[in-house]
Amino acid sequence: MSELSQTMAEEESSTEVSSSKTITLRIAKFNPEHDSTQQFADFKLPYERWTTVLDAILDVKKHLDHSVAVRYSCRQASCGSCGMKINGRPRLACFTKISELNSDVVTVEPMNNYPIVRDLVVNLERMFTTHKKMQPYVIREDTEITAPTKEFKQTPEELEEYIQFANCIKCGLCNSACPTMATDSSFLGPQALGQAYRYVADNRDKGKSSRLKIIDESHGIWRCHFAGSCSQVCPKGVDPAMGIQLLRGYLLGFRK
Amino acid sequence: MRESTIMKIHYGTALGAVVLVAVHVLFRITMMNYEDSLAYENVLANYKYIPYAIMLELILVLLSVHGFNGLRVILLELKQGRSYEKAVSYGCIAGMIGLVAYGSRTILMASMGMT
Repeated sequence: MSELSQTMAEEESSTEVSSSKTITLRIAKFNPEHDSTQQFADFKLPYERWTTVLDAILDVKKHLDHSVAVRYSCRQASCGSCGMKINGRPRLACFTKISELNSDVVTVEPMNNYPIVRDLVVNLERMFTTHKKMQPYVIREDTEITAPTKEFKQTPEELEEYIQFANCIKCGLCNSACPTMATDSSFLGPQALGQAYRYVADNRDKGKSSRLKIIDESHGIWRCHFAGSCSQVCPKGVDPAMGIQLLRGYLLGFRK
Repeated sequence: MRESTIMKIHYGTALGAVVLVAVHVLFRITMMNYEDSLAYENVLANYKYIPYAIMLELILVLLSVHGFNGLRVILLELKQGRSYEKAVSYGCIAGMIGLVAYGSRTILMASMGMT
């Protein structure tokens, strides 16, 4: 056996695959217009090692129950549409393979802390409103457009300050995992606060003071308990919990 | 008042209280044995020693400010609403003032020997 094929064989054997090749997919069904409680519909499905939870849900929708409501678009963890609770944890359905869950039962539910539109679809309006409230754009009086020779230069170190926060795809998983959002409906949330840090830490931006004023309110940044759940569930590796602590540094005068 | 100012006070009072309570506890266990330090006459003697009475007053103020702000934060997270939040904020300020006033009265009376 060549070295390459031996390595591949080792990788294959080390990958954990559920012993059963079928799973039970439990889909939460709830229509707030008609139903008083959430029900679960169970479906037995075959799956392959590469089958994602979204593939399975779409398979159910195509062949077994057309009424399942699910929001999706890109299928490659870029659009942030298919956020849902999979086996109790907020994840992107397109980015979660059934084989990596190591369970014969996969339960999918709508994300916590959002109003349910239907089944797995939640209303993300409030998240987008708080996101917009953070002024998610570079604020300057001058512009590159009016003076074509002008550039807003940035060193790699300056870029490093905020670049991971620019990876946010607004899927809302962080807000769903946040324990403060579960009780405080007015809390800005880790998504918005992470985005506030993204622009505050950008050395091209001149809107720091206005953003800090927006987050410095009774349901703003100070209500974060630093549970860190937001950072744990982010599919893009963004660390909103750290961003929130760094923002607090600006407000307490430790950072300039 | 901005929330960041309130939280600076919150963190400051916590640090101050930890330091002063540590001094207070050290006094209890270093000056005499612990049981004796809690005897009626010895407790009254503490209040008559003015620097110590001032320290107790400071602990009272620091813990009241910190505690009632903590309570305000917990209550704001439990429920939201304009009138509810106003009631919580003013209620906590009133509670804080009430506790400081009552505690100060006790410290003052004890230090003046009115027992």
